Amino acid sequence: MQAIVDQEGVRRYLVSLTINGDPQTAMVKANTVLVNLLREEYDLTGTKKGCELGDCGSCTILLDGRPVNSCLVLALEADGSEIVTVEGLTERGELDRVQQAFLDKAAVQCGYCTPGMILSAKALLDRNPDPTEEEIREAIAGNLCRCTGYVNIVRAIKAAAGQEASTQESTGRETSGRETSGEKGKKEQVAS
Amino acid sequence: MSAERPAKGQNDYAVIGKPVAKIDGRDKVTGTAKYTGDLKIPNMLHGKILTSPHAHARILSIDTSEAEKIPGVKAVITHKDAPSKKYGLSPARWDENIFCYDTVRFVGDKVAAVACTDEETCYKALAAIKVEYEVLPAVLDPLKAMDDGQPQVHEEYERNINTEIHQDFGNVDGAFERAAYVRTDTFVGNRTYQSPIEPHSAISMWDKDKLTVYSSTQSPHYFQYYIAREFDLPMGNVRVLKTYVGGGFGGKLEPTGLEFAGAVLARITGRPVRMFYDRAEMFAHNRGRHRQYMTITTGVDKQGKILGVHADFIMDGGAYTSLGIATAYYAGAMLTLPYEFDNYRFDMFRVYTNLPACGAQRGHGAPQPRYAFESHLDNIAKELGIDPMDIRLTNARQADTVTPNEFAVNSCEMTACLEQAREMSGWNAKKGKLPAGRGIGVSTGSFVSGAGYPIYRTDLPHASATIKVNEDGTSATLYTGATDIGQGSDTVLCQMAAEAMGFQYDNMRIVAGDTETAPHDFGAYASRQTLMSGAAVKQAGEEVKEQMLRKAAEMLDFPSEDLEIEGARIFSPGNSRVELSFSEVARRFFVEDGPLLGKGSYTPPKLGGKFKGAPVGTSPAYSFAAQVSEVQIDEETGEIDVQDVWDVHDCGMVINPALLEAQVHGALFMGMGESIWEEVRFDEEGRIQNANLAEYRIPTALDMPRIHSGLVDSYEPAGPWGVKEVGEGATLPTMGCFNNAIFDAMGVRVNSLPLSYEKVWRALREKEQEEAS
Repeated sequence: MQAIVDQEGVRRYLVSLTINGDPQTAMVKANTVLVNLLREEYDLTGTKKGCELGDCGSCTILLDGRPVNSCLVLALEADGSEIVTVEGLTERGELDRVQQAFLDKAAVQCGYCTPGMILSAKALLDRNPDPTEEEIREAIAGNLCRCTGYVNIVRAIKAAAGQEASTQESTGRETSGRETSGEKGKKEQVAS
Repeated sequence: MSAERPAKGQNDYAVIGKPVAKIDGRDKVTGTAKYTGDLKIPNMLHGKILTSPHAHARILSIDTSEAEKIPGVKAVITHKDAPSKKYGLSPARWDENIFCYDTVRFVGDKVAAVACTDEETCYKALAAIKVEYEVLPAVLDPLKAMDDGQPQVHEEYERNINTEIHQDFGNVDGAFERAAYVRTDTFVGNRTYQSPIEPHSAISMWDKDKLTVYSSTQSPHYFQYYIAREFDLPMGNVRVLKTYVGGGFGGKLEPTGLEFAGAVLARITGRPVRMFYDRAEMFAHNRGRHRQYMTITTGVDKQGKILGVHADFIMDGGAYTSLGIATAYYAGAMLTLPYEFDNYRFDMFRVYTNLPACGAQRGHGAPQPRYAFESHLDNIAKELGIDPMDIRLTNARQADTVTPNEFAVNSCEMTACLEQAREMSGWNAKKGKLPAGRGIGVSTGSFVSGAGYPIYRTDLPHASATIKVNEDGTSATLYTGATDIGQGSDTVLCQMAAEAMGFQYDNMRIVAGDTETAPHDFGAYASRQTLMSGAAVKQAGEEVKEQMLRKAAEMLDFPSEDLEIEGARIFSPGNSRVELSFSEVARRFFVEDGPLLGKGSYTPPKLGGKFKGAPVGTSPAYSFAAQVSEVQIDEETGEIDVQDVWDVHDCGMVINPALLEAQVHGALFMGMGESIWEEVRFDEEGRIQNANLAEYRIPTALDMPRIHSGLVDSYEPAGPWGVKEVGEGATLPTMGCFNNAIFDAMGVRVNSLPLSYEKVWRALREKEQEEAS
């Protein structure tokens, strides 16, 4: 990897990566974390910072298709990788089905966890198009949300998987936060 | 009050009562929504605050010279550089300085700040500031803080008493004498933290003597007021703009120090400065839930009717007042709401300790006392052999009643909530009939729909709004100081504006939380915006509607009283040939009369009694809720697996059912975290042991139970279209509900929060030993 040393003796490395389909190169320090590169250098502020310790999942991106906390990845380590951020999910203004389902199911409140949550869901559905509720909950267990209790988020991911009609449900009815059974194919709701 | 109820019901409106998609939803799912920490202002510097490593210490010297030499460091400031006025949220006890002068009072107290060209340099600069401390003995135990000889947190507050309350209504002692059964129980709460996922940040910049601050805040108005006061500026020279806010829950209600320190740094450097807290600093700044020590005595008759209650509490306030005076009053005031009784005494000491300050967290002072009272009430029911559901129905508050502390309650469907929760949960089939290790519990709650009085004394209206119909009439913009922090007020208020104007939600735009363009509103706290901001928006919309109808009447040469407007269409119910579109009328109005504007404002009526502290807890309307939960306890490990929760709410007319349900989910989730896992823990030096989101355990998607939410039919005469609150009320019942379910499952009572697996396990072992001996 090419490197240069600046006036103060700090070494900077040239990394090449693909971000949302575009080839990019950047000079980074050894301690530059990927989330800062994305936010500071490329203004991709849809990738949020919530804890910088890998606890909250707000900075989740897809690194070669896998969901990772971009605060725990050095920019150097991402050299040669393909990165997708939330900004990369929308094509010519057309929302991804996961994004659309989050809107339809009222799965967004403050919105701070939303980009990371959507990318974790996207990665799940890409590798497992028909997940059980338990698998959905496991897939987003690393993404903390303080607003929704995850109820509508789980509904949205089910809807994106084509497991429920993607329409709004009204209140006053019983609604389910989780299935009675985690078994696949037995997605019985507690709903009335 | 049912006589005042309009003919239109929940489903009879054109725009309100519908689960429309959030107005900001698309921005949030695409990542285009900008939060304060996402903004970059050209030439902007980065700033950070240096905090105290000691719980209590005297500052002997601060040497900033080494820090100033570091390349990229543009300013280093201490108390010498900042305004000296003390601030806080409760004006009765302004006790905080921007930076400490000679004493630090908790680990995290603010000492100095830096502004640098980048974040990394900030951390280097902070490390290079040399502060010499003389460590002082600290007081960390609130139960000892009032003892003689304890260290004083603030010299002017003897025995560390920050707030002392003694309220007495009716004749409590007489009630206890008459009672068939009098019982006393003691419970202890936990210090929890709001933990919004978005960290606090602020960007400050000056243009001559005008200060502009972008902030992650729940109340641009209070920030504007406190910043102006601190810097001796007229309010008109301070502009506060809210960006998108990544959750608040009470933690972003008051100044954080970031906006003050940032304003000083921006003035000195002449450049915009963005300040932020990292996760550990958020925990240190705190302002989370007070830990309360709660002794409750209640006297009941043979049927379980409550005759009198005495609540005797102590709360740990931490090192500063924050909003804690109100918290202390709320803790006792809200206990009188769900159940009717005439005799009530409330004693409270809020004490200072050398720990981070506590403030207002979702439900304010009320959730822990509610947990205590609901657990206590179940103990009474058990002793008298009464079903927990029945003792609540016996005592449930009714509509058009007044509490002993003089809160007037209009609409109240407490009984209906309990009955529906009993029905939905299958209570009768389950209570006493569940297998070993499984239990069912019930609890209630009630909360204000906005505070009856503002935080500082002012005669400003509580809410105001303007609506501008845009020139060609195809869209309209609502301007409001109401603050959407995720709960969805922007959406709900636009629905209300469209309904009042006879317009369409899809064509509404909103500018909210910018003190320069939007009119004043107190912001997002005390569950106030749907009722209070909504009332102002309704009035503004109706003013637009009236002008539209007048203009349409002119255009049609038709009497305006025979015209109606709905769905952006003006028509006459009796004459199908009379019709105009909203846009053609609005455009004509603009051409002939200039801008088409509507304005509204809201001030609550005078509420409450005349005794000391009477304003706290007053509200135009109160929500009511009942919750039932079913838990499974692992006898070997004490693990609590919450299976199902049924929540039934009386929140008046519902403007957006989808957002309302989402509020219930979130409040219940938060209550669940506080019930079982969440607790900010300190070591013996007053340092937080778990200032991160791995060890401060908020629930994940794997922890949540099945949630079933229900609503009862309700109409509140004091609210626009009959609305009441929901955002905070749903947090109240949860902790007591789980505790009662554990009690039902295992026959053990956990008297302190959180109801951790370990505590349940220990209670089970104690019970075993008692039974063996």
